[in-house]
Amino acid sequence: MVTRVGIEVSIALADAVKLANPDVVAAYPITPQTHIVEHLAELVANGELDAEYIPVESEHSAMSACLGSAAAGARTFTATASQGLALMNEVVYVAAPMRLPIVMAVANRALSAPLSIWCDHSDMMSVRDTGWIQIIAENGQQCVDNIICAFRIAEDRRVLLPVMVHLDGFNLTHVIEPIIFPEQEKVDKFLPRNRFPLPLNPDKPVAMGDFAPPVIFTETKWAHEVAIRNSQKVVHEIWNEYHTAFGRQYHPVEKYHSDSAKVLIMTMGAVGETASVAIDEMRAEGMDIGQIRLRLWRPFPFKELREAAKDADILIVMDRSISYGGPGGPVASEVKSAFYSQAKKPKIVSYVISLGGRDTTVSDFKGIVKKSIEIAEKGSRNEYEIYGVRE
Amino acid sequence: MAKSEGEMTWKDLEIGAIVVAPGSARQYESGTWRSQRPTYDFTRCIKCGLCALYCPEGCINQNEDGYFEADLFYCKGCGVCARECWPRVIKMVEEVE
Repeated sequence: MVTRVGIEVSIALADAVKLANPDVVAAYPITPQTHIVEHLAELVANGELDAEYIPVESEHSAMSACLGSAAAGARTFTATASQGLALMNEVVYVAAPMRLPIVMAVANRALSAPLSIWCDHSDMMSVRDTGWIQIIAENGQQCVDNIICAFRIAEDRRVLLPVMVHLDGFNLTHVIEPIIFPEQEKVDKFLPRNRFPLPLNPDKPVAMGDFAPPVIFTETKWAHEVAIRNSQKVVHEIWNEYHTAFGRQYHPVEKYHSDSAKVLIMTMGAVGETASVAIDEMRAEGMDIGQIRLRLWRPFPFKELREAAKDADILIVMDRSISYGGPGGPVASEVKSAFYSQAKKPKIVSYVISLGGRDTTVSDFKGIVKKSIEIAEKGSRNEYEIYGVRE
Repeated sequence: MAKSEGEMTWKDLEIGAIVVAPGSARQYESGTWRSQRPTYDFTRCIKCGLCALYCPEGCINQNEDGYFEADLFYCKGCGVCARECWPRVIKMVEEVE
């Protein structure tokens, strides 16, 4: 029998990490990630989780400790948010080309200034090009499931890349949701022991993250690029296997009434569920509208995106951050480049919404759709629109 | 014999570009950075070895006759040896094509 437990998403995510049985957790608390690492520290202190918990002095040290731990072949977890992710940025870049299978949860929060503790995706975009695999969760259940999948993906011999699981700060981290927890024995079966192929070992010394002169640097970068591109089919495979074992299925691009719909809203993260309610209401009013949600941000699912939006006339892309002085929404920018080469493409309208925790409600989404259809028909002088800004 | 770095493709790299054998730094020809090279008037040399002590590259060794001489495979041409050589044995000259 399936039992749902009412639980705060941060606690549920930490319990999912426990189910994955990590060897090392190195983390520094920061709002809105705090409850995740607090609960993990508690589990270790109470003897419920047999892991080394390293209470480091900063996020830079957290990720540095994770590098060492993963390099030694230990299953490794950390979590952070916003300024913490910015502080560890240097080391985040190091992990992926070193091919260290670290799993990190990021409780998305706006970057300063001005100071905000609330959610947007500016922190996520600051690590876009770090070469990590990046999964975006939309609700608590997806956090739990994808944390377990993340370890499996990261440690797969065909992948060996670190994986971030993004969840919206407060909108997800601090809400109580009904969660189905996978059973420990089934998780153990799904997630075999981590066996890093060339670990730090005094009996067989190796040098990691070494100097690469110009004559070989390009080759190391291409090896990384090929690895992350090839990881996509393994991500599919592992999500399928997870479905077989636990009954819940994930896709790089998830569809909601999107097949053959003429207007599509594209979302990433927790606002997707609010958008779905708006879609339901607009469809009930007779509008031909659907939704697509990006579950996999890196590697970017070009093929699945083109397939999902192939019949649409208008594709409205929601962003929760701005690339200042540039194309506006970073997600919309990628979506536009995905369609540039296609003979048949939808009109893409880029909307920046929900910065620094501002809510976008069901009626807001309806307003955005109405305005976007106007823009698609008449055109706009703007590269992108920003919703709800007082002028 | 393993391929040199100039011959390796991305497929030849270990996972994460991990280096599995010692001594890879010795294969790196830092001498290509050089725009000046040291020349020697050994008739003035007293074999004090100060040049070898000061050389930041550690690339100065004694030759068969006991004189100190830079290994041009590694010498970056910084000129520290010429500056420190008080009997004025060493003179830096421009590298020409």
